[in-house]
Parts: sequence; structure tokens; C-alpha cells
Amino acid sequence: MHVKKHAFVKNFKRCWQLHLFMLLGVAYILIFAYYPMAGVQIAFKDYTPAGGIWGSPWVGLKHFNKYFNSMYFERTVFNTLRISIYSIVVGFPLPIIFALMLNLMRNQKLKKFIQTVTYIPHFISVVVLVGMMMQLFSPVVGLYGSLYRIFTDGVYPPDIYSKSHAFIHIYVWSGVWQELGWGSIIYLAALSGVSPELHEAAMIDGASRWKRVWHVDLPAILPTVAIMLIMRSGSVMSVGFEKTYLMQNGMNLSVSEVITTYVYKQGLGKGVRGFSFGSAVGLFNSVVNFAMLVLVNTVTKKLSDGNSGLF
Amino acid sequence: MAKNISRNAIKDSKSDKVLYFVSGTLLLLFTITVIYPLIYIVSCSFSSAHAVNSGRVVLLPVDFSLTGYEAVFNYKRVLTGYGNTIFYTVFGTVLNLIITLMTAYPLAMPGFQFKKGYSFLFTFTMFFSGGLVPAYLLNSSLGLVNSPWVMLIPGMLSVYNMIVTRTFIQNSIPVELLEASQIDGCSWFGYFFKIVLPLSKAVIAVITLYYAVGHWNAYFNAMIYLNDRHLHPLQLVLREILVENSIEALDVATEDAQASLAELLKYALIIVSTVPILCVYPFVQKYFMKGVMIGSVKG
Repeated sequence: MHVKKHAFVKNFKRCWQLHLFMLLGVAYILIFAYYPMAGVQIAFKDYTPAGGIWGSPWVGLKHFNKYFNSMYFERTVFNTLRISIYSIVVGFPLPIIFALMLNLMRNQKLKKFIQTVTYIPHFISVVVLVGMMMQLFSPVVGLYGSLYRIFTDGVYPPDIYSKSHAFIHIYVWSGVWQELGWGSIIYLAALSGVSPELHEAAMIDGASRWKRVWHVDLPAILPTVAIMLIMRSGSVMSVGFEKTYLMQNGMNLSVSEVITTYVYKQGLGKGVRGFSFGSAVGLFNSVVNFAMLVLVNTVTKKLSDGNSGLF
Repeated sequence: MAKNISRNAIKDSKSDKVLYFVSGTLLLLFTITVIYPLIYIVSCSFSSAHAVNSGRVVLLPVDFSLTGYEAVFNYKRVLTGYGNTIFYTVFGTVLNLIITLMTAYPLAMPGFQFKKGYSFLFTFTMFFSGGLVPAYLLNSSLGLVNSPWVMLIPGMLSVYNMIVTRTFIQNSIPVELLEASQIDGCSWFGYFFKIVLPLSKAVIAVITLYYAVGHWNAYFNAMIYLNDRHLHPLQLVLREILVENSIEALDVATEDAQASLAELLKYALIIVSTVPILCVYPFVQKYFMKGVMIGSVKG
């Protein structure tokens, strides 16, 4: 015991400067990440300004029951899952296909050009993206209207942007427009590591380029695909707040209200009254997300004998 | 190289040709889909208000004019927002870099005491958080509501970027350098400033870009915490104009002219607010692949 303590002190003497380096980061994370975790207890309390986080009266699961029994529970969970699953089904495979196709490109200059252009939208802010879409889809002053009139001899098109059934498609496909190029970088990097000898050997065996895509390129990026899929499926129950909130309007609210936007409106939109209820809905979402991630990670670990888990 | 062989030595078979043709065509189609709206917006911003409102712009500017940009630069609120965003971006990013490097460095050193414990403390926050309302209560009790600090302090460290930096330092700076410098009596401070910082330029470039773009594009915290309009960053102003369509009186005579100039203003504003980021883009582009690769290595 004594020896151990001595080693500890000695080690600390060696490392004290490094601990000093950590000080700012640790203070930050304790205050801004862990303290709010302690604050989550107001989900089980009736928050009052006088009582604050620690002194307000406990009410158990009151706020959770209120959420689970309201019509918004079904609506927000359903909308969240619907948007999220649609996004995964469309948005996950496309960057992989895009990377495989770019890898087929033999004209290096053209390849570089395509990459440069398709990475640009990633840097456009959500506000600008949504603003752009509102302009472009405008039946009168936008691209959509202008093109429609050229092909129909001056007839004004219907206003699709604000229609509720178009919301999800616009949401998902604008995401593809914005992130397809950027999302393919990671697979391109994996493809650049494929040894040319594999291709040569396959060619000597008479494999066509198509065969080599299937039997050389694709297997090479499969581990990356697996990791990306775990990370993505861990966030099945979360749809980003920022874009959804900006795209919401009175007409599409029944399909666009997701958990995150509901938390914001209930938690911060109603003053002190909403604090506890908003926290409860938010906590429900965090717990489900966390559980999903752990579940998916465990399953992948089992399936791959502990080789490709995330942690 | 495989590519040369397939081009020179063996002639492409018919099926290969079809494959190359189809995939090349699809790639070009998507590239056009990406670039066409962007060109359209640029063209609109350089057209006259009348041309934009009658929908005559299809590809190139019609009745070339700078009226839109004039309107943008005469719009007080846009200018204040622009100034604020530059302030938040510059100071926010500097703060981010300091704290990120300081935290990543010890975690990358071999044999650092409590490394696992520290790492867990940070990684856990990537998967679980207290949520919106507790964070709001904390920030308001710290007096950050309606203060410019709220744009700098609560997002001071991105754990993801910190892990990217740590992984980079761990993998690209050889341990021998550490051993040699310690034999020479170099302290941990000295090693950080003399060896680690100069050798980490690539990762610093990448995370600077990530942080700066994040600050430039952020609107959420500003929307929640900043009521004072003089503190609003550009994105909030953009939201007001582009999404909520609420535009102050412009310097024109009639209501019709106001409405038509407003549409032109939006196009010019999109360009003015996005150009600074696109200017940085070519300089850091060569680091993208590297940055994404480091980030994907599991910690």
C-alpha cells in the first residue's frame, strides 16, 4: 500500500504539468456538460424559480406520463422515426456509390473538379440552405417557377414548398444535395488504400472493371461502412433541430414536428412553466438514443467477435 | 499502376466502356445538380430587380446590375450582424484552438496519469447530455443571457475535434522525439511549444476550419440567448430576412418597388454571407481527406 502511494506521488510529480494543461478542459466539461446532467433532475420535479434545480418539489414521473399520454407523443416519435429512417435509407448508401463511381473516374482533372464542386454545399449554413430553397422553389421568382413556365408556356406552377406532403422529401433530398460529396470523402480515403496489385491480379484473371468494383473495391471499404452504419443507427431517434425548425410552417407542422423541436417549444417557449416538462421529453429522447447506441454497438461486437465495435 | 495498365496494355472491353460511361454520366449529372442552383443564385444576385421578379433569369444574369448588393450594403442590420459574426468567429475560434490543443496534448502523451479516466470524462459527453432546458438554466444562472459571451463560452470545446487532435498527435509525432527531448531536460511545457505545436500544423488547419465554419453558421444559441438585436450574428439576420421574410423598409419609393427589391436583396445576401467561407475553402481543401481520416480512427 505504502509503495503504491509512493509511486503515485512520483508519477504525479512527473506529470503535474500535464495535469495543469488539462485544467481548463476539465473545468469546462464539468461545468457545461456534467452540471446540466445533474440539472436533468428537474424532469422529475415541478420547477419553480424560488426552489431552483435543487429545491423544487419532487413529482416523480408526472411529466413523463403527461408526455406519453398526449397526442404529441405518438406524433413526435412517429415523425422523428419517419424522417430519420428515410434519411438513412437514402442518405447512407448514396455517398458509398458516389465514392465507388469517383474511384472509377480515370480523368484526374475532372475527378478533382467534381470533388471540389460537390464539397461546397457542406459549408453552406442551414439558414442559407433553407432560405435558398424557399427562393428556388418559389413559383413566381424562383428557379422552379421559371423553368416550369418555360416548359408549360407561361403557366404558374403549384406552390410545392409549403405543402405538407412535400416536406419530408425536400428535407431528405436537400440533405443529399448538401452532404453527398462531403460524405463520400471517408470512403474515397479508404479506396485510396486499396493495393494496385489486387486489381492487377484480378485483371490477369480476366475480371471486368465491374467485377473488380464488386470483389476488390467494395470489400476494401466494408469495415468503414460498418463503423459508419453503427454510428448512424445510434442516432435513429434524433432528427437535427436546426433545419427542421427552419423548415417548419403552419401547413406542415403535423409532419414536421419532431422531438427536438417539440422540446424547444415546450421547454423554452412557455417560460418557467415548461422547464420541467421540456426536460422530461428531452431526457426521454437522450435515454432512447443512448440505449440505441449501446444496443447497436453490442450487437456489432457480438457479430464480429469484438473486432468492430465503437467502444 | 492499375489505372495505366487498363488504359494502355489491355483495351477496355465493351462492358467496361459501358460502366465507365454510365458512372461518368451519373457523376456529371449530380455535379450539375449541385452547381446549377448555385450559379442561378449568383446570376440572380447580379440581375435587375425586374428581371428577378418576372422570373427571366435562367442561367446567366439578365440586365446586369449591382442594385442587390447596394441594397445589402445599405441594410444596417446586415452590417451589424456581419461585424458581430466576424467578432464571434475570430475570438471563438482562437478560444477553441487554445482549449482543444491544451486538452488534446496530455491525452496523447504515453504514460500520462489517469489518461483513461480523463478520456472517459470527455467521451461520455458525446453520447449523453443534460439537454436543452438544464443547459439554459445553467447559462442563465451564469449571466450569459443577452451577453456576447454566450457565443464563445458554452461551445468552447468540441470533444470530437479534441479527439481528432489527440489522435493526430499520438500517431504522427514519434515517441523518440519525446524521449530525446526529455533526455535533454525539456519540460512538458517546452515539448508542447517546441515540438508538438510546430508538428501539428495539418490538424490545426483542419480543426480551425471546422470551428470557424461552425461559428460562422451558428444560429441556435443566438436565437435562444440573445434578445438584444445589436448582438445578433449574421445568421439570425439571415433567418429574419430569408426565412421569415421580414424586411425593413428599403430606400425605394413604392410598395411594389420594395417587394421586388426585397427578392433581389435575398439573392445578393445569400452570396455576401457565404462568400467568406468559400474563400477559405481552397486553402484548406488539401487537408480534408487527412482530417476526415483522423476523425474516423476510433479512440
